[in-house]
Amino acid sequence: MTAPAGRAAARWIGFRTTLIREFGRIVRIWGQTLLPPAVTSTLYFVIFGSLIGRRVGQVGGHDYMQFIAPGLIMMSVIQNSYGNVVSSFFGAKFGKYLEELLVAPLPNWLIVLGYALGGVIRGFMVGTVVTIVSLFFTRLGVLHPVLIVSAAFLTSFVFALGGFINAMLAKNFDQISWFPTFILTPLTYLGGVFYSIRMLPPWALDASHANPILYMVSAFRYGFLGTADVDLRLAYAIMVIAAVGMFSLAVVLMNRGVGIRD
Amino acid sequence: MRALVLRQLTKTYKNGIKALKGIDLEVERGDFFALLGPNGAGKTTAIGIVTSLVTKTSGVVEVFGHDIDRELEIAKSCIGVVPQEANFNQFESVQTIVVNQAGFYGIPRHVAKQRAEVYLKQLQLWDRRRSIARSLSGGMKRRLMIARALMHQPELLILDEPTAGVDIEVRRSMWEFLRLINGEGTTIILTTHYLEEAENLCRNVAIIDGGRIIERDSMANVLRKLQAETFVLNLREARTAVPRLEGFRAVLADDHTLEVEVSRGQSLNRVFAQLSEQGIEIDSMRNKVNRLEELFVRLVDSRGRAGAAEALT
Repeated sequence: MTAPAGRAAARWIGFRTTLIREFGRIVRIWGQTLLPPAVTSTLYFVIFGSLIGRRVGQVGGHDYMQFIAPGLIMMSVIQNSYGNVVSSFFGAKFGKYLEELLVAPLPNWLIVLGYALGGVIRGFMVGTVVTIVSLFFTRLGVLHPVLIVSAAFLTSFVFALGGFINAMLAKNFDQISWFPTFILTPLTYLGGVFYSIRMLPPWALDASHANPILYMVSAFRYGFLGTADVDLRLAYAIMVIAAVGMFSLAVVLMNRGVGIRD
Repeated sequence: MRALVLRQLTKTYKNGIKALKGIDLEVERGDFFALLGPNGAGKTTAIGIVTSLVTKTSGVVEVFGHDIDRELEIAKSCIGVVPQEANFNQFESVQTIVVNQAGFYGIPRHVAKQRAEVYLKQLQLWDRRRSIARSLSGGMKRRLMIARALMHQPELLILDEPTAGVDIEVRRSMWEFLRLINGEGTTIILTTHYLEEAENLCRNVAIIDGGRIIERDSMANVLRKLQAETFVLNLREARTAVPRLEGFRAVLADDHTLEVEVSRGQSLNRVFAQLSEQGIEIDSMRNKVNRLEELFVRLVDSRGRAGAAEALT
């Protein structure tokens, strides 16, 4: 056997290969990964932005179209980061080719990181597509690029890990659709994508603060518009804690072999 | 140094099934080793534990001296595994599958591409390197899994039923290839249902049944333990009655086929001599069943009878 340069070098190559494979998958099935968000976001912009938005007027001092654009981009990032990992990992588990990784000398945390960053790559690719689509409908200024990128990264990382954990626990295809249908989509729609929570009655405004997606969308929107519904420091604290917590949980489940080892 | 050491290896599944009941096994470096047993005997569980796809309940596994509890990554890097069922992404190309697998083992991409060419050519898959794996035939899929397992040039190659369901020609060519890489120093452990395969390829053998090793010896010694063999003689002239063969049991399978059971210590010359005396000519002769198969069935049967007797007492 040819000894690799060292364990760190071997791990780096293994990790990079995981990313290459995930990127290859995203590009290979672009009709399922990149095209649908472009179509869906176009419909959102036409219906909510152009048709309904004209009657809504301004939100937080911005045109309604400008207001919802960051929210729609973030919604696509969340759904696609999650969807990429849940389908890729569950597909590998179901098709048994996850064994290719399990027999390889890669630590579990690196496998989790590889899949999660694969989800982040898809989130960013789709986010870029939706941003380009939005530019056909509105003008988007970039006030704080670091906030935009960091909020998108942390959010997509958290939801990619959510997809990973869902795929580990799922025993069939039905179970990988439960979480997005009953939890992710409602939280996203109620997370300030289409409205400012300041428009809500007091009880709904208070309830909205329990929704983590509100903080993610708000931080991301602040990067474009300079306005947010929540305290940015709290938003980042929630995103970092969620990222660390989800990553730790995914590694623990991998170490225990939940759903993947007899 | 031994390629593989298993000590008191046990596995109890969540449903309570005890798949392994304390297995001890040693495989020498460079060996071509057969692990045989009926369905459900524990072969795949044992291999699953060694390749870390199954979590052991207790016991020790060492691969070239590396304990999988303490040095799992190093132990894994020594092993290449060819599973029973296709476990690659059916929608990826042949070349992508093998190159990526090398990457998971830390092999740089440019080296992986060179090796992919070598192994895919050796296994007659190079022309199909851009084909989607799903489009390959069963035999090609098996060869793809062998190529994939060799990409990091493992010191120990484990094959779980590698030739199941492939035609004779492909099986023979795979045997040749496995002999070649074993000759180059790779230790090979093989499980198979084709006992002829084990007899042809392997130098040492362990037979596992009911989660225990019931026989562990060299292939030659194991075969010597056969007490009797049945030979099938093709007769030149048709016969209606069984020829008189003193000291042997004989039956006519049809008018041109005579089956003779020869016990250990008896000489085949005596059979031929008696047939010659009666003017019976023989065109050809073969074993009725594969010798290892006969032994295997007897071992498993005798164990089953012993178990039944034990249960009655």
